[in-house]
Amino acid sequence: MSGHSTYNPSNGFTRWLDARLPILRLGHDTAVSYPVPKNLNYWWTFGGVLTFCLGVQIITGIVLAMHYIPQTELAFRSVESIMRDVNYGWLLRYIHANGASMFFIAVYIHMFRGLYYGSYKAPREVLWILGCLIYLLMMATAFFGYVLPWGQMSFWGATVITNLFGAIPLVGESLRTWLWGGFAVGDPTLNRFFSLHYLFPFLIAGVVILHIWALHVTGQNNPAGVEVKNKDQDTVPFTPYATVKDAFGLSLFVILFAYFVFFNPNGLGDVENYVVANALKTPPHIVPEWYLLPFYAILRAVPDKLAGVVLMFGAIAVLFVLPWLDTSKVRSARFRPLYKQFFWIHLAVCLALGWCGAQSPDTILIHVGDGGFTVTHFARILASYYFLHFIVLFPLLGLIEKTKPLPESISASVLGTKN
Amino acid sequence: MAEIHAAEPTRRDFLYVATGAFAAVGAAAAVWPLIDQMNPDASVLALASIEVDISKIPVGQEITIKWRGKPVFIRHRSEDEIKAAESVDVAELRDPQTDDVRLVKGPNGQLEKQWLVLIGICTHLGCVPLAYKGEFNGYFCPCHGSVYDTSGRIRKGPAPLNLEVPPYKFVSDSKILIG
Repeated sequence: MSGHSTYNPSNGFTRWLDARLPILRLGHDTAVSYPVPKNLNYWWTFGGVLTFCLGVQIITGIVLAMHYIPQTELAFRSVESIMRDVNYGWLLRYIHANGASMFFIAVYIHMFRGLYYGSYKAPREVLWILGCLIYLLMMATAFFGYVLPWGQMSFWGATVITNLFGAIPLVGESLRTWLWGGFAVGDPTLNRFFSLHYLFPFLIAGVVILHIWALHVTGQNNPAGVEVKNKDQDTVPFTPYATVKDAFGLSLFVILFAYFVFFNPNGLGDVENYVVANALKTPPHIVPEWYLLPFYAILRAVPDKLAGVVLMFGAIAVLFVLPWLDTSKVRSARFRPLYKQFFWIHLAVCLALGWCGAQSPDTILIHVGDGGFTVTHFARILASYYFLHFIVLFPLLGLIEKTKPLPESISASVLGTKN
Repeated sequence: MAEIHAAEPTRRDFLYVATGAFAAVGAAAAVWPLIDQMNPDASVLALASIEVDISKIPVGQEITIKWRGKPVFIRHRSEDEIKAAESVDVAELRDPQTDDVRLVKGPNGQLEKQWLVLIGICTHLGCVPLAYKGEFNGYFCPCHGSVYDTSGRIRKGPAPLNLEVPPYKFVSDSKILIG
């Protein structure tokens, strides 16, 4: 899709450099002349937003690490000192903490966009898998990061998540002790989580490079879901078209980001994490951060410990094989009337699972006699649908669905000859 | 293909296999310290056992102490609690254990039925259960709703096993040694 390079060194120095390290050519081909489908809508601006988020997290994180102390006696206090004593420490920490949430908002929009427009289908399977890998690394990074302030939620979140590995038959116990470096979450655990929290963003950055590389090999998908046929008619150069559109989308996103940082900095957090970790007392209601709630709901919905853990990880693992579960040749949900409906149902189910994850599992939703229909029951139905959607509906819909006629080309779809 | 199939392994093949095997063993040996450094270090393993004075715990109450970084419950059980624990049909339990095997003998050789010592960590995902809560008035885990009885045995909820009994013994009528 990228075609051959149109870079033209303009002076003696750039010509000299181009013959030795064609890095300016790479930049030009990637961010200037790179052809993008001309029908991209604003859902396509989240790649840029995510790059911005990663940059913000790395920069604020490196600065915070200059003040943070990964030691159980001092961790909580050092975070408070960042908030009170360090110049602009409050700003940096609030940006970093809310930045994690913003990162996940953006990645969820990015992923659901891919699901709606079929961006995971051939020839973009590797692109999609790399994206899933980034998502997995993001969750691990966020988890490590959440442990560092050493509040009650940090400690008990770390305890519950590391105990998940204890459910693995035979090696579970020793694996857990190995992760802890002790017999409970403690100093060694905090130290290594800090080390890994620093490492993982750079792993993410590495996979992001592969993700963009793969993207530039296949070219972007687009709302019509048909491939570029004629570069002149169907695409526009990345700069200025995509650059400006991305910049505008990013500006709107940063307004939302700023609202949280400046007006509601703890709105997405849990008050319990402002209580210092206490190994002898579990808070009455422990919940993970909002972006992990749907998976937490799946974990709790299963009455068996091992099965719960397997299904929770399975909910993420299934994403990796989507390109092969979907039998439909048509990418975009615009032309898939049945899939479109199930897409929205699935989105609602994911949101409802998130809601369940935040509730106390025994809360009764519909009273019947003494007991009734609890949050756990509701979560079981939702979790069943989650898997049904991918494992049954994805292969099935492609076989039974009567899709609408596809536009002849991207250009034809933009000109509205047929949509 | 037939020729290759019939060919005897040569000395060169042997050298390839031997070199590969040596390299693999060497790589594993080099990686092992990097993996093993994450296991509990000497200072963690050396955590001593502790002695606890139990004479001041009134009947029907319990204390929580910290041992190896974990909470340990020491519960002075009432007659009712002991009766409730003993009257359970063991066959119906998820992790079948009689109340007796979860207790130890005192200095006089009698089973100390009034003293229950448990590691206060839910066998589901490691939260600390709340005492005197839940259907059996034993323990209730606030995280995912596991319910334990007055012997610390799992009765309801997602936890697979009974609360663990730590190694301990009575050193006198009023003192126990944990660990």
